[in-house]
Amino acid sequence: MRRQIHAFAIAGACALATAAGAEPAPGGLAPFKIVALDGTDAIPDPLTDKPGDAAAGAKVVVNRRQGNCLGCHQISSLKSESFHGEVGPSLDGVASRWDAAHLRMIVVNPKHVFSEATVMPAFYRVDGLSRVRAEFQGKPILTAQQVEDVVAYLTTLK
Amino acid sequence: MPSVPLRVALAAAAILVCAAAPHAQDASERPAWQGHGIKPQSPDSPFEEVVSGLYFRSKETQAMQADDFNNPGFLAVEQGQELWSKADGAAGKSCASCHNEAATSMKGVAAAYPKWNERLGKPVNLEQRINLCRSGALKAEPWAFGTPELTAMTTYLRNQSSGMPGAVTVDGPMTPWFERGKALYYQRNGQLDLACASCHQSNHGKYLRADFLSQGQSNGFPVYRLRDQRLVPLHERMEGCMQDVRATPYAPLSDEFVALETYVAWRGLGLPVETPAVRN
Repeated sequence: MRRQIHAFAIAGACALATAAGAEPAPGGLAPFKIVALDGTDAIPDPLTDKPGDAAAGAKVVVNRRQGNCLGCHQISSLKSESFHGEVGPSLDGVASRWDAAHLRMIVVNPKHVFSEATVMPAFYRVDGLSRVRAEFQGKPILTAQQVEDVVAYLTTLK
Repeated sequence: MPSVPLRVALAAAAILVCAAAPHAQDASERPAWQGHGIKPQSPDSPFEEVVSGLYFRSKETQAMQADDFNNPGFLAVEQGQELWSKADGAAGKSCASCHNEAATSMKGVAAAYPKWNERLGKPVNLEQRINLCRSGALKAEPWAFGTPELTAMTTYLRNQSSGMPGAVTVDGPMTPWFERGKALYYQRNGQLDLACASCHQSNHGKYLRADFLSQGQSNGFPVYRLRDQRLVPLHERMEGCMQDVRATPYAPLSDEFVALETYVAWRGLGLPVETPAVRN
């Protein structure tokens, strides 16, 4: 019994330590600040110090294990890639519709910009999810750098 | 009826034809699924038209399913037929010992599953019903989920209702299970945060990359999946969808999947049983 209590105490201490370390973004994500611009949530500041690389972003967009953006969206300039999806709107001209701060918000968590009902996944979020498979727990779909690369690529789609 | 090797050869040839066909992204290839369905049987149905997954597949796949000689799923029907009258277990009985000719005794039966089981105080699906008979009357070991035997028997029994409308009942004691299944259908899961409804309700009739999304109907299960080249039971398909969204799936034959199966059967109420259907 005493050993059990001891184990609980250690587990409790660890939980506290984890919670303290997780501030301000949950799950060890890079911290970011959401602000409303023109009435819509946005993330003006990049998630990383290293500027986004559009060419690397295009690869993340295409990669089926990473962004897999073509799963749902069409992008005319990537026509050489087969099978563009139709679930989301075409991303042609998306940079004319949204600035980088809003594009970053949409990639990080589109529910802030569209609605709770959007089927688009949040690519940089680890909380509020259900039954996440063990190997993906606590991990966002994309790394902070991949988010920046994708945003850099999307801003080229004018 | 062609011999089994000939049938396999025909199926293989058909698969090659499918594989060689250019993928459908131009309008001429897009499956025309509208107008092939039925009116919803319930005013609460989320669909204007309830359409079998068959019409979301290519013409080649549809043709393969329509021709019993070409449909590779019929290998399982034949296997199920053999098992039906094969004695197994300590009681020395076969299914036929109690149920005689399946063509008569099982006609329409599978179309009404999952079904309330008074003794267990919960619904059972067809696989579970088969195993209740095995452990009960036959005094035989239940077949594990996913074994060729259980899938073949399920396919054979479903095939006895071929063309008959799905007729699951969700009133009385089934209602809480229906409600539970409905909640699961709309529950978003996994790292990709998607529910069944995200694809099969809101976006059927659209391409998700190379997949042309259907309404996710269950009337053809177990289905012969061309990519797996074998019969796939419904709960394995549900597992696959959950894996795809990077979620931990529920276990096959779990209460959750039986509840979900009940709710999905209700969404397709009235669709003709197509087992064994052929799908991508």
